[in-house]
Amino acid sequence: MAEDPLLTIEDLRVDFETTKGIVQAVRGVSFQVGREKLGIVGESGSGKSVTGRAILGLVPPPGRVAAKRLDFEGTDLLSADNRQMREIRGRRISMVMQDPKFSLNPVMKVGHQVAEAYRTHARVASGEAKRRAIEMLAAVRIRDPERVFEAYPHEVSGGMGQRVMIAMMLIPDPDLLIADEPTSALDVTVQLQILAILDDLVSERGMGLIFISHDLNLVASFCDRVMIMYAGQVMEILDARDLNQAKHPYTRGLLSCLPKIDGGHNDLAVLKRDPAWLEAKP
Amino acid sequence: MIRVRDLQVTFGEGKHTVKAVRGLSFQVDKGESFGIVGESGSGKSTVLRALSGLNPNWTGEVEIEGRQQAVRRDKPFYKLVQMVFQDPYGSLHPRHTIDRILAEPVAIHRLGDAERRIERVLDEVGLGTGFRFRYPHQLSGGQRQRVAIARALILEPRILLLDEPTSALDVSIQAEVLNLLVRLRRERGLTYILVSHNLAVVAHMCERLAVMNHGRLVEELSAEQLKAATPAESYTRQLLTASLGYDRAAIDQFEDFVAEA
Repeated sequence: MAEDPLLTIEDLRVDFETTKGIVQAVRGVSFQVGREKLGIVGESGSGKSVTGRAILGLVPPPGRVAAKRLDFEGTDLLSADNRQMREIRGRRISMVMQDPKFSLNPVMKVGHQVAEAYRTHARVASGEAKRRAIEMLAAVRIRDPERVFEAYPHEVSGGMGQRVMIAMMLIPDPDLLIADEPTSALDVTVQLQILAILDDLVSERGMGLIFISHDLNLVASFCDRVMIMYAGQVMEILDARDLNQAKHPYTRGLLSCLPKIDGGHNDLAVLKRDPAWLEAKP
Repeated sequence: MIRVRDLQVTFGEGKHTVKAVRGLSFQVDKGESFGIVGESGSGKSTVLRALSGLNPNWTGEVEIEGRQQAVRRDKPFYKLVQMVFQDPYGSLHPRHTIDRILAEPVAIHRLGDAERRIERVLDEVGLGTGFRFRYPHQLSGGQRQRVAIARALILEPRILLLDEPTSALDVSIQAEVLNLLVRLRRERGLTYILVSHNLAVVAHMCERLAVMNHGRLVEELSAEQLKAATPAESYTRQLLTASLGYDRAAIDQFEDFVAEA
């Protein structure tokens, strides 16, 4: 458990009503996040992204979110009205999505988008916002921030675009950042460089980070704690350094089906899914 | 046997020319599994597309099973060489049943006996005949990739070109598809060229591999050298370090390997 949690979630449920009946994307998820790096790992359809979106009230219709408790530093996120949520989104909790190509406005210079994020939450003159935006672009280690400030999204690479997104999300100085597969579309070296920037900023500012990913090894090496999700439920939560002693058969199955550089050419273990994993927690 | 000498692939004309592959040479023995590793834009998939005849803008020499290949390939070539693509959602016709998808190559090559061939190949890729009259949208990603493999295998080729065959799949499904590919190669004595950005997948599947960066061969090494972490080139060493997970101290040592003119 995290000491002095920023966010406490108890029994989170997200249902989608479709023509073929109700799809339960998240089924009773409980966890806490403090000023730490929490990784949420799962395969596609495990509910990890929907969990992240539910925190910010960004589950699209026909999704329905319910929880016993969804508390962010004393504010109940479920009963907050739109005005309160706008105060929280960006300023207190922000979110970085997977692909910068779809998250950035294609017809607006990237610097203006970063400055806009700042001016939405702080009353400052446009010159001051520009200065802060360029500072922030430099903080995410963009070498030539003045030039990139004036660039359009199609003029920057994927790795650069994701740095811009991180700059935009961190400029209002939030307490909690939710990053949903922020580096999955990038090459492995660029991916690690971006994570290093996130890591440094999170520890400098004492923020909390929820890092959502399908990559178990990456999460284990990057985060403090790991939460494993399967079919909308939490299988287990453990300290990242204890991953190799994971108890749950699903976690162990995920670990053993990964090919390894120093492994042999023998057949990989195949994950056997057990319906009992879900029955254990109705 | 596959022998490639000084392969060059360019896109565009004049000042917009992009040299995707800049003089690549390698050789793959019969029955071998050869990997090509690189980051995005390294030209690894372009090499495969040039080998398979999908890309006409290449120069150099490509020799497959003792025959020099021209830009246009004849029908016997496609009986010999088949390709499996990355995205199983994009590579199957959405309005054709699995049966029709598999019957088409049999008809094109006038192999006959489509009924028996389709049933056999569906069994071989672990789907079974129950899938025969379904549509791709009724299948999961892993099942679709099995159909794509079945479509390649139904012509009984000797060589399979695999372009990131599991990178769109969850890791548990990836394990199943990789096991299938290993078994098929063993049973049929196939030759593979596998392109991937994932070093672990290539180390698992291949005996030898080439590392590419900006259209050039960085180095060629054995899976054993990769396992022992003894590549000669610093580019490969960096790629290897990065593949092992997040290591804050190592990241500060990363260099940019820019393209040579």
